[in-house]
Amino acid sequence: MTMPATLASAPPVLALDRIHQVYGAGDAAVHALRGIDLAVSAGDYVAIMGPSGSGKSTLMNLLGCLDVASSGTYTLAGTDVGDLDEKQLARVRNREIGFIFQSFNLVNTMTALGNTELPLAYGGVGRRERRARALAALDMVGLSHRADHHPQELSGGQQQRVAIARALVTNPTLVLADEPTGNLDSESTHEILAIFDQLAASGRTIVIITHEENVAERAHRVLSISDGLIVSDRINAGVREAARRASGIAARRSAR
Amino acid sequence: MSFFDIIRSALRGVTANKLRSILTMLGVLIGVASVILLMAVGNGSAATIKAAITSLGTNTITVRATGGQNGGSSALTLAVSDALGSAGLGHVSAVVPQATTSLTVSSTTTSEDSISIIGTSADYFTVSTAKVASGSAFTAADVTSAAKVAVIGSTLATELFPTGSALGQSISVAGTPFTVVGILATQSSVGFIDPNSELIAPVTRVQRSYTGFGGLNSLLVQATSSDDVTAAEGEVGVELNQLLKVSASTAASAASPGSGGFAAGGFPAGGFSAGGFPSGGFSAGGAGGAGGFGGGAGGAGGFGSSSSLPYTITNQSSLLQTQEASANSFTVLLAAVAAISLLVGGIGVTNVMLVTVTERTREIGIRKALGATRGAILGQFLTEAATLTLLGGIIGVAVALFAAQYPINGTQPVVIGYSVPLALGVSVAIGVFFGVYPAARAAGMRPIQALRSI
Ligand SMILES: Nc1ncnc2c1ncn2[C@@H]1O[C@H](COP(=O)(O)OP(=O)(O)OP(=O)(O)O)[C@@H](O)[C@H]1O
Ligand SMILES: [Mg+2]
Repeated sequence: MTMPATLASAPPVLALDRIHQVYGAGDAAVHALRGIDLAVSAGDYVAIMGPSGSGKSTLMNLLGCLDVASSGTYTLAGTDVGDLDEKQLARVRNREIGFIFQSFNLVNTMTALGNTELPLAYGGVGRRERRARALAALDMVGLSHRADHHPQELSGGQQQRVAIARALVTNPTLVLADEPTGNLDSESTHEILAIFDQLAASGRTIVIITHEENVAERAHRVLSISDGLIVSDRINAGVREAARRASGIAARRSAR
Repeated sequence: MSFFDIIRSALRGVTANKLRSILTMLGVLIGVASVILLMAVGNGSAATIKAAITSLGTNTITVRATGGQNGGSSALTLAVSDALGSAGLGHVSAVVPQATTSLTVSSTTTSEDSISIIGTSADYFTVSTAKVASGSAFTAADVTSAAKVAVIGSTLATELFPTGSALGQSISVAGTPFTVVGILATQSSVGFIDPNSELIAPVTRVQRSYTGFGGLNSLLVQATSSDDVTAAEGEVGVELNQLLKVSASTAASAASPGSGGFAAGGFPAGGFSAGGFPSGGFSAGGAGGAGGFGGGAGGAGGFGSSSSLPYTITNQSSLLQTQEASANSFTVLLAAVAAISLLVGGIGVTNVMLVTVTERTREIGIRKALGATRGAILGQFLTEAATLTLLGGIIGVAVALFAAQYPINGTQPVVIGYSVPLALGVSVAIGVFFGVYPAARAAGMRPIQALRSI
């Protein structure tokens, strides 16, 4: 079994076709996205950059099925998301997507372990397996010793790592992160980026929004958005090749 | 998410904010308990009066003088009483005179103020519900001789003679010595005067020593049966008009005896003006005797000014029925108060629930972003709201049932069966509706809408 020479020829995990997003109506209407075309292949590590208000979060929320586009089609793993009903959408959010928010969005009344278990609970995974997998995910972000702490008892970086564990625990097709290090100091940022590097190396598909050049540098591909349009799409050839060499078989396996 | 997961996350929601949960439960608890208890109090007083009606016997009529009862200017004299009794009226089986006053009664050791004194004939003990429990009643001969003998109520007996039997003992009534010949059986009371604190003596003696030989306060007429009460009322009215030489025009201008008497001297003045007039209390057992609907001074006086009829006729059972009707409307009033407290409790619960859900819309957004379905979220909030309100409601029912075992202000509450599911149902419905409705709205949003709120 051999892989094609370039990852670009792998089937796209997600594809956007002429996506528009308009908030409000009439004179007050805000055109946040004005026709986005984008394909992301399996195993890609994409960074999205752009000035504030350019539509990055809007785009990310659409990718995460947290919102619905005003027009255009969004195909995720071969399925047109617009055709899905409420139950199917919940299932897609649960199985296909791991979303990491800038503001963590942990449930404060639950421990780190409880938060990490949550997607598995909604996915119908049994108690025992749920616990084991959540602990494994916390272990991966280096927080198994904080499993029984509530979010209020964790530092910002630790909370974000819990959120990452929660996003990864279901083995989603797509990991989406909206400024995951925006609220963190450089030490925590470094830890979190290391986790993303690891994920990318193991062949996970990642889309990350960032303002910081040094964060974007680690991605394989960097998109620039301005005023609701993609204005540049550049490949970090060196990083990607290095990653491919490092990951080897893992990348191929997750490309399916 | 399994059923147990939903229950568990709901219970976590309940315990996560204890103050909020306690406030919610308290709102439901107070609402439920007050509805059940207030309705039970109303029901209890109605039940007491119903019991009084059955124990009273419904075949007696009271004829009350409308003149100054204590001043002796009353038209109802002992002679009139005797004449009415021997007139051979077809539906009247007995006529008993009543001269009443209120005096201090003392034994050698203690004395009791404001004891209701009833001067009457020996037939009193068959006509009224006052029955002699120990010793014996005074006799017709005692009445003829104006003997200084008395039959006293059970409470009065133990108060005067806490250590031994009162029977055969000598007591002093405003300075005059009497011998206790009998003690009455304990009677249930309705209202403010205890029928077990009365003293009953020959009418001749009471007139001679205290009230004078003028008028009586009232006559107690026994009809041949409870069905004949109306007929007896008519006969007594006609006979009295003849005896008292009331002109036909006056009789015609007066209202019909029964209803006129009721409106003037009876309820509500009789029942509730006890303090103002010595024998004024409305006592169920003694009602037959005490001239007991009393309070008559004011009421009858008012009546007298609009008509010159010198007496009013009162039908006991109709009075009690009115009393019962008023107790029922009392129940309705209490139920209304209870409904308001339920509503206020419900608003409190609603408030807490609304704040809770608004506060937790973001949590709903997070859960939806992680793949929670609308159903899973609704299930969680439904379970939370139901747990809180049911817990509060059940504790409220327990509190009410416990409190209902003890008399409140002299009334033994009787819990109305349907009030329990009613109160519980309404408050749980309010709590669940306002817990679930906003949650349902939030659960229907796109995740990003829910996440952005707040
Ligand atoms: N719910 C909304 N209602 C109305 N306008 C909105 C809404 N959400 C975003 N917008 C507008 O859409 C535009 C794009 O917003 P978006 O949040 O995507 O920007 P962003 O690129 O993520 O910016 P930042 O880097 O500051 O996070 C902005 O002009 C914003 O004001
Ligand atoms: Mg943003």
